[in-house]
Amino acid sequence: MTHRADRCLHVAALARVEGEGAMRVCVEDGRVAGVQLEIYEPPRFFEALLRGRGHTEAPDITARICGICPVAYQMSACRAIENACGVTVPAGIAALRRLLYCGEWISSHALHIYLLHAPDFLGYDGVVDLARHEKSTVERGLSLKKAGNAIMELIGGRAIHPVNVRVGGFYRTPDRGELASLAETLRRALDDALSTVEWVAGFSFPDFTHDHELLALVEPGRYAIDSGTPTTDRGLAFPVTAFEEHIVEEHLAHSTALHARLAGRGRYLTGPTARYTLNRRRLSPLARQAAAAVGLGKDCRNPFRSIVVRAVETVYAVEEALRLIADYQPPAAPAVPVPAPGRAVTGYGATEAPRGVLFHRYALAPDGAITTARIIPPTSQNQASIEDDLGRFVAGRLDLDDHRLTHECEQAIRNYDPCISCATHFLDLTRVDLTVERTRHRRPA
Amino acid sequence: MNGIIVIGVGNPFRRDDGLGPAVITRLRARDLPGATLATSLGETGDLIDLWDGAELALVVDAIRSSPAHPGRVHRLTVGQLSGERARAASSHGMDLGEAVELARELGRLPVRLVLYAVEAGDVGFGLDLTPAVERAVAHLADEITTVVWATQRTRRAQVA
Repeated sequence: MTHRADRCLHVAALARVEGEGAMRVCVEDGRVAGVQLEIYEPPRFFEALLRGRGHTEAPDITARICGICPVAYQMSACRAIENACGVTVPAGIAALRRLLYCGEWISSHALHIYLLHAPDFLGYDGVVDLARHEKSTVERGLSLKKAGNAIMELIGGRAIHPVNVRVGGFYRTPDRGELASLAETLRRALDDALSTVEWVAGFSFPDFTHDHELLALVEPGRYAIDSGTPTTDRGLAFPVTAFEEHIVEEHLAHSTALHARLAGRGRYLTGPTARYTLNRRRLSPLARQAAAAVGLGKDCRNPFRSIVVRAVETVYAVEEALRLIADYQPPAAPAVPVPAPGRAVTGYGATEAPRGVLFHRYALAPDGAITTARIIPPTSQNQASIEDDLGRFVAGRLDLDDHRLTHECEQAIRNYDPCISCATHFLDLTRVDLTVERTRHRRPA
Repeated sequence: MNGIIVIGVGNPFRRDDGLGPAVITRLRARDLPGATLATSLGETGDLIDLWDGAELALVVDAIRSSPAHPGRVHRLTVGQLSGERARAASSHGMDLGEAVELARELGRLPVRLVLYAVEAGDVGFGLDLTPAVERAVAHLADEITTVVWATQRTRRAQVA
């Protein structure tokens, strides 16, 4: 069983990954011959669905691409459409959008930390097992997640598929009283978020690092969430309008998704560890202090420690939400008009989804009808780096039996919080979640 | 107790996966006093928040089965759910069985939980239900309406 020269691990449906996917790791002559992460469903259906729709419909339609990060899709869509139409929203509306986005970060990070990722580090089968042994911990996680949902319900209208967002702003904006009650919830959430950092920092992390170029949005004076300039840790920066000149996508045979690379540079990584590495100094003092107290340094290149970065970002998002609520002045109008452009135009938008940079481009006809739509989600940008990490990770663990190695690979994939299909949900009446196939790997004659 | 909640689970952009929300759309057009109507993508924490404290939760969801009989409805109660371990094949830790088990551990199950699991035909991208599933949706909307009314009558009788 162990020390076999050739073997092939195939995990048909990845449990506790944000989506539906499969992983194949092939070992030949005691060396890793290939790693493939299959991604089934890129958002091409939605790009096609958007063609011919009115420019004001983009946020509602793209919100359906992901049930975990609908706000990210809405915000990138709004920015791109408004960019096409030459509209900049007033500061009050921009602040409310950032508050809404903080809600999604809190909710998505709490979900990933508590329900999906932490059980790995503690040796539990999943969150049910964790709850059986540490009930109050899981309750804290659900309560934190609910605080994020409370923001999304008040500002976005609903937690899943927020309906209050429109191009140009919102259908309705809250009054100060409504936000005050939200602040009560968030003050309690801040304690939970700080406890979360301490909790996850106590886990043991495999000694594993990568050397990928890191890409995140960067904005002067604050931690980039809803806007910023794409920037890497190796000195590359470019405007969002030039995103597709610098990010090139390739088709690979084993996946329907496109793999992104930095033109002339190679694979790269986006997401929490990239954001932290590029924006650490722009965290709030409390979040920075929490990071320092648990030993997060000036960068984070161990993907397993991403769970700590998510916890630190949750502290930041709760604190930032409280600051935005304290400073809130209801805008003069819930939205500014975004009329049809009157000529053919193209617009670009990028924001930081919980799992990384999310880019949208729309071309509009003079009457506002969408003629082309392009969506580059973070998971397809990260795929090449995830596969590279998995290959090196497996190479150092070939003495493990298949079951254990498969489990560790799954944990490694969860480090990236990949959004793989991001839009489907079925029940199978028989449990077939984990299949480990052991086959002799046939060599070419 | 907070009465009755009906939760339609699924994604309307994935053809038959959208049958849960389609049932909710039909129910919204009817007079169902005392029943909360909700849609969800089935994420564990969201389901628990929705049904927590309810006297009766009716959950409608799509299932894949092999061989498939599109439109066939399986009615499962909580006890059966835990035994069969109904499980989502994909995405977002969306596992109804896990949501039930977690709610049980946390003491956040509704008093009664009934799952209507409908076998899906086509779950590719698209907006329309397949005809057999469309018929099942119409039938389920009627059945759930009857269940809700019957539950209300029982409650009124108990109060009287």
